[in-house]
Amino acid sequence: MQASDPVLDIRNLRAMLPGEAGPITLLDDVSLSVCAGETLAVVGESGSGKTMTFRCALGLAPAAARIVAGQVLLEGQDLTSLGPEAMRERRGAVISMIFQDPLTALNPVFTIGSQIAEVIRAHRRIGRAAARALAIDVLRRVHIPDPARRVDDFPHQLSGGMRQRVLIGMAIALNPRMLIADEPTTALDVTVQAQILELLTELRRESGMGMVLITHDLGLVARHADRVAVMYAGRVVETGTVDEVFARPLHPYTTALFRSIPSLEGAAAEMLPAIEGQPPMLADLPPGCAFAPRCFLGRDRADCRTIRPPTDAAVQGTHVSACLHANLIAAEAA
Amino acid sequence: MQPLLQIDGVTKSFQRRGGRFGMRVSQVHAVDNVSLMLREGETLGLVGETGSGKSTLGRLVLRLVEPSAGRILLAGRDITMLPRRAVRALRRDVQMVFQDPYGSLDPRMSVGALIAEPMVVHGIAKAERRERVQDIVHRVGLDRRHLDRYPHEFSGGQRQRIGIARAMVVSPRLLVLDEPVSALDVSIQAQIINLLRRLQRDQGLAYLFIAHDLAVVRHVSDRVAVMYLGRIVETGPRDAIYARPLHPYTVTLLSAVPLADPVRERSRQRVMPRGEIGSATAIPPGCRFHPRCYKALLAAAQGAARSSADPTVPALCAEHDPPLIEAASNHLVACHFPELAGAEPIA
Repeated sequence: MQASDPVLDIRNLRAMLPGEAGPITLLDDVSLSVCAGETLAVVGESGSGKTMTFRCALGLAPAAARIVAGQVLLEGQDLTSLGPEAMRERRGAVISMIFQDPLTALNPVFTIGSQIAEVIRAHRRIGRAAARALAIDVLRRVHIPDPARRVDDFPHQLSGGMRQRVLIGMAIALNPRMLIADEPTTALDVTVQAQILELLTELRRESGMGMVLITHDLGLVARHADRVAVMYAGRVVETGTVDEVFARPLHPYTTALFRSIPSLEGAAAEMLPAIEGQPPMLADLPPGCAFAPRCFLGRDRADCRTIRPPTDAAVQGTHVSACLHANLIAAEAA
Repeated sequence: MQPLLQIDGVTKSFQRRGGRFGMRVSQVHAVDNVSLMLREGETLGLVGETGSGKSTLGRLVLRLVEPSAGRILLAGRDITMLPRRAVRALRRDVQMVFQDPYGSLDPRMSVGALIAEPMVVHGIAKAERRERVQDIVHRVGLDRRHLDRYPHEFSGGQRQRIGIARAMVVSPRLLVLDEPVSALDVSIQAQIINLLRRLQRDQGLAYLFIAHDLAVVRHVSDRVAVMYLGRIVETGPRDAIYARPLHPYTVTLLSAVPLADPVRERSRQRVMPRGEIGSATAIPPGCRFHPRCYKALLAAAQGAARSSADPTVPALCAEHDPPLIEAASNHLVACHFPELAGAEPIA
């Protein structure tokens, strides 16, 4: 494997869920990759598939969901072909995921030290004392003050920010090659958010692991990611470097999203240019482009309303969009 | 002109039992001697971290919690002494919109019944109720066909529209909005913010807009107040607060918000927040922000007389609680070193 090969390479992933009126497509031809030392941000709204993609990749999807096509290559090995036991061995050791809510992800009746030690002992054959020493070291790495004493704290004795640090510690305890952070700071104050993301960036730099940052906050993407993928209704509609996508979006959804968020700078206009309507239900997707009914370009275009665009309908080097009319965006959006 | 809402030295303390067997009783000040005012048709944004007391202050205005000291006047009338019965009448003038539209709507009631409910409470006649429901449903962007459906059939954004319709249907003069868009998706947030602005423009009602999202608050507010551990630490006109923040806490908060612009982000100087807000059960002596304050460190480094307890900060910050005083026109700040030079980290 070469240095530039992606650590995680999701190829054409398609996942279905049985529904009352026929199967529902949760993920439609999702391709994403992350290299060592790189941060990929995955942006989208509820139901866009941003969390589902990685739950499927890690074998954590709801029981009824089925991967029907595609591959999830982790350091070249396809995870979709692994049994549950082999998957469990990799999860937490080679690839880890941290979730949004640090309140519910920790068990209230065990000390944080014993919960970190448990993760370590599930993958490594070491004694309790050695695992405890490693747990203290992990707490030090995530900058929990006085770790030798804090190791015996219960979750309720810690603030929300400190709990999220513990969860990050559990995720990186075994030095994974890949860390998936799913809205890691959504439940936290902006000051704590800044501290947590600074910590994640520091850990990534030290270890050279790849990172996926699942978020709805475009500011976090701008500050912390190298590349970004925008998802809508189960598909990746745009990918590129952060500079490419922010400077010149190639998908109308991305353009409209940027315009609709209030900013700390510039004129505070009376009305925000909102995206009208609701994101579609996955069980009831329109026939063409899923964004067409809300799109300033596609709303009245017959091709957008009838043809499902390929995910690489527009390509400019590393910048890829699933829009049939990407060349018109800059002019129409102005 | 008389302000619509005047909060005058309001304190809310809770008793907390501590020590062995809970024998020690201490006072916790969730809101500590706060004064604010709000004019007719105006929006006051109230920001601060979890634990700053901003939600408690909102609840005090609605008398959902009782103040321990101070007065709250609505259109000149002291509402802190109102008997229970009169509080109900007060709620016609002051309504609340909550963060979580899921939690605040009874799942067994139809949307029509939910919107009519506040009018039943206020004894509005049935015929008028029907008329008002039809009218408000239209104005919040819902459809008459929605009236017979139940909350679970709606998306988060539509549920928030229902919550807003319920609050608006009794024609209040003041709406207390507690994180009204923070549970919504980005594209839906903009719709709801626009709706709130349109309703305000049409009805001339005032908003007390409580939120942790500083960009949203900037967008909707005429004036802004920043709270920290129960106190207002800075307040002023929106543009003054955002363009020239004086309190180091405000600067720290603004600095922590990433801009949706990678080029600007890379060149931006910012303050890394130190520590966490902690709890109102253990408010630091002196200025309550001093253990996290970058200006305190700078002031000490620039020669201010140092505290003997903590030589990294000035004695002034560690020992004296700064009053909220006017530093510029209508711009108030509670800081010993608001104009400290060399402390302008926001690019």
